[in-house]
Amino acid sequence: MQTLFDALSLGSLYALGALGIALIFGVMRLVNFAHGDVISFSVFALLWPSTDAVALVFAGDLPWFLLIPFVLLMGAGLSVLCELIIFRRFRGANPATMMIASFALGFVIRYFLLMLFSSRPKSISLLPALSQPVEILGARIPLLQVITIVATIAILFALTAFLKRTRFGLEMRAAAENFTMARMLGVRANRVIMGAFALSGALAAAIGLILASQTGTADIQMGGAVMLMAFIATVIGGLGSLPGAVLAGFLLGAASVVMQTLLPIDARPFRDAFVYGAVILVLIFRPQGLIAAPGTKERV
Amino acid sequence: MTDPNKPASVARRTISTPLILTAILIALALIALASGSRPFNQTVIDIFLRVILVVGLYIFIGNSGVMSFGHIGFTCLGGYAAAWLTMPPMMKQTLLPGLPNWLMQLQLPYWAGALIAALWAALWAAVFGKILLRLSGIAASIATFAMLAMINTIYSNWESVTAATSSVVGIPIVRTIWPYLIAAILSVFIAWAHAISRAGLALRAARDEPTAAAASGVDITKERLIAFVISGAVMGMGGALFAHSIGVVTPDTFYLTLTFTSLSMLVVGGIGSLSGAVLGVVILSSLIQALRWLEAGVTVGSTTFGIPNGLQEITLGIVMIVILAFRPSGIMANSELIWPRARPEKPDEMSGTTPTQQGVTK
Repeated sequence: MQTLFDALSLGSLYALGALGIALIFGVMRLVNFAHGDVISFSVFALLWPSTDAVALVFAGDLPWFLLIPFVLLMGAGLSVLCELIIFRRFRGANPATMMIASFALGFVIRYFLLMLFSSRPKSISLLPALSQPVEILGARIPLLQVITIVATIAILFALTAFLKRTRFGLEMRAAAENFTMARMLGVRANRVIMGAFALSGALAAAIGLILASQTGTADIQMGGAVMLMAFIATVIGGLGSLPGAVLAGFLLGAASVVMQTLLPIDARPFRDAFVYGAVILVLIFRPQGLIAAPGTKERV
Repeated sequence: MTDPNKPASVARRTISTPLILTAILIALALIALASGSRPFNQTVIDIFLRVILVVGLYIFIGNSGVMSFGHIGFTCLGGYAAAWLTMPPMMKQTLLPGLPNWLMQLQLPYWAGALIAALWAALWAAVFGKILLRLSGIAASIATFAMLAMINTIYSNWESVTAATSSVVGIPIVRTIWPYLIAAILSVFIAWAHAISRAGLALRAARDEPTAAAASGVDITKERLIAFVISGAVMGMGGALFAHSIGVVTPDTFYLTLTFTSLSMLVVGGIGSLSGAVLGVVILSSLIQALRWLEAGVTVGSTTFGIPNGLQEITLGIVMIVILAFRPSGIMANSELIWPRARPEKPDEMSGTTPTQQGVTK
């Protein structure tokens, strides 16, 4: 039971991250390496610049109903800003160039945070009420895990509804499927791309919020690890396919947790090696991803 | 693939590129020698090491067009192989007690160690390549990344052989500049020889026109594997020399940061160009060095001007973005540095090897 919840909550994080990357990849074929740094940024947006070990809280004391929208807005805002200033110039550049540009951007954001906050992890208590355990079916599970899972599911439903029921969502899906065609039919490219960036930034902020309350620290490296796994999940799921990204995110989370419990003690430190080995296997048998997105097939 | 109708062989027509690049590298070494300052010497050694790594990346990425995040894994293999082979047996006994006995007693000179390290990396490149290179496009990139992460996880946890995450010290340090210079020149020539060989030309044909190349009898997987193994060997050699330049190896030295700095240098220089690989390193390294000096502070009269910590990386990132925004295919794009005289013969020819390459694809 505990294992199941661990798997689900880790998977939720990966799934949210993978969604954020897949959204942007879908509309502009950009593998956004700055995503992890957007995650860290939205957490640090809650703090005053300082180099102390204990965080000087700025907006973190807000009641939760203000705090959450604030963080989400910060993430979305930064993400849109990146689009406006930088990625707009790279429309039509080849994917490797865009990838390195996004990496350089992530670098800039990370060191900007470093300049303001120093590289020392800061202790921060966000929403402390959430660390209390609750009892579900005989297992004691931190409330936060439950909320993480519930929130992820809620976000997934909201996003699905948004993509399927609203005009903007329809345009976004059309753009993801065939960008040129969508433009011909009157979809405003810039607006759709900006929307994708805003959503992805908000998702990044959600991850940041969950991570910060889970670990109780704010660290400028915090986004990196999640982003790498999310990035892998996006590919395993089938690049550009949103359901695929979510599925693969949960699978990766489950694989990590299950291997942690199943592997013999000697092999446990090598858990990640096994997870990555599994990733390679999946790719070899399904190079197009678990759920291949239409329009990403290699044409001859 | 030399074409009998062409007057000069491909090698004759393209030899100027490695020669010019060699001249640039030698010039750097001479400047370092002339300045005689120890830190500057170390900087130039760093540049040579990065040249080896980025040229190693170019051999695979540039010619095959498949982005690889995994090559620094081979550098890691090479670095640790150098440690295993060249450390004094006494040190190995305490730091790495899990090594087999014959390896424990062995102590090779650094150059022999570097050669074996290159072969060791090439061996693993062949093993991984055989599995991974059936993939293409972004799936291949991610698979190489997974390979890097696997190598890193194994080396960070295999306590008895790699001392886990703690650093392995006691690797003999080589401070003179020459071995690095020779290795850098060697890797430039290896890259050149591969690029004009049958395998290299076929691989570039497959990069530009996969379908046509396959139809003309190019076995894409095989050509990719050849490039993968050669570049793995170069990366392994680079890793071994890297270990000798600082005398310490840790798994995290050879992980994401190094992966991204070397990839950035390649992309900024121009992915499809050997000259771009070398120039990218030289330009970005000089920029990094200049910013470091500024960060340490420049004394003018009685006041010291310095830029705040962290601004170095920020500037570097911004400069990279600006270069890429104006030249999306990198500084050199797909062209190579050649003698000016060689140009008028065929004005539209970007690099010496292009016509033959087109000969294969069309």
